[in-house]
Amino acid sequence: MTDATAQRSPPRPNGLEGVAADWASDQRAFKTASWGKAMMWIFLLSDTFVFAIFLISYMSARSSTEVEWPNASEVFALHVGQTELPLLLIAIMTFVLISSSGTMAMAVNFAYARNRKRTAQLMFATAALGALFVGMQAFEWTKLISEGVRPWGNPWGAEQFGATFFMITGFHGTHVSFGVLFLLIVANKVRKGEFDSGRRTWLCREKGDYEAVEIMGLYWHFVDLVWVFIFAFFYLW
Amino acid sequence: MTHAAASDTHASHEGQAHPIRLYLTCWGFLFVLSAASYMVDYAQLQGALRWSLILIFMVLKAGLIVAVFMHMAWERLALVYAILLPPLAALVFMGIMLAESDYTLQSRTTYLSGDPDLAVAREGGHE
Repeated sequence: MTDATAQRSPPRPNGLEGVAADWASDQRAFKTASWGKAMMWIFLLSDTFVFAIFLISYMSARSSTEVEWPNASEVFALHVGQTELPLLLIAIMTFVLISSSGTMAMAVNFAYARNRKRTAQLMFATAALGALFVGMQAFEWTKLISEGVRPWGNPWGAEQFGATFFMITGFHGTHVSFGVLFLLIVANKVRKGEFDSGRRTWLCREKGDYEAVEIMGLYWHFVDLVWVFIFAFFYLW
Repeated sequence: MTHAAASDTHASHEGQAHPIRLYLTCWGFLFVLSAASYMVDYAQLQGALRWSLILIFMVLKAGLIVAVFMHMAWERLALVYAILLPPLAALVFMGIMLAESDYTLQSRTTYLSGDPDLAVAREGGHE
């Protein structure tokens, strides 16, 4: 219905004129994004605020304390043989998460090419990398807890370090864990060919509608995006 | 123009189709940028240089992920603005909290640093 009208009406303006036209007078604002995609973006926007506020509270705690902040470079160092490598585990985690974003982007590409097998394989690979990330985070938590880091104190400096660390990385790790769960669910549906069956479900409007994979990808890339900020502000700053 | 408009109306059905090369290039850049930001720490750079490099690499990585992986570069401006402009409010909030935490730190050093003379001197200064 909307498509038919769009084809008869003159071409949509672009740029700022397009923003005004798209938002104007009782019409669908997001012309090219489906509801599923638009809602995922709006959810991600709200999630952006959640993480922004965590990072802002971390900034406030760190810049208002008189006590010296623990040196992340040393706290998160790993001993490999004789040498101590700063932030090694965190660097590996960063590469794992970026790789999972890469495999996810390719999965979306293969999904739109309707290559079921490749899409499912790449999504399972993404889920595996995500699980690996969570595993390494669990290792990191265990290491810090055994060294005496608590939400109310730690051996190296400002007491707020533990509280912000567990809160921020814990919330991010939870996002990754739920992402892995949803990746497995969607990947399994792709594998079984549910999106090609022609059956209408909450993830699939019509035969060959693979948009669910792209929407899943949006969430997954967002998790990677948040890590970019956590890595910069919490681990490197 | 006409072609763009025509492909727009069908975009919701055909989805985002881009050459796989583009994703691999983006992936490569993300790897290089991550390695670079790790090197900032490994080389123990300090001060303004460290902070500016961290921020530059962070913004570049975030931009690549949002623009290419999340396809924001190909969405209509109405969606781009609806999603990317509201987080600016968080930046304003950050500015407010930075000023506030400066004030908290100042109060702590003045009244809670365990140096009674300093606190008394400050108090006396007002009278």
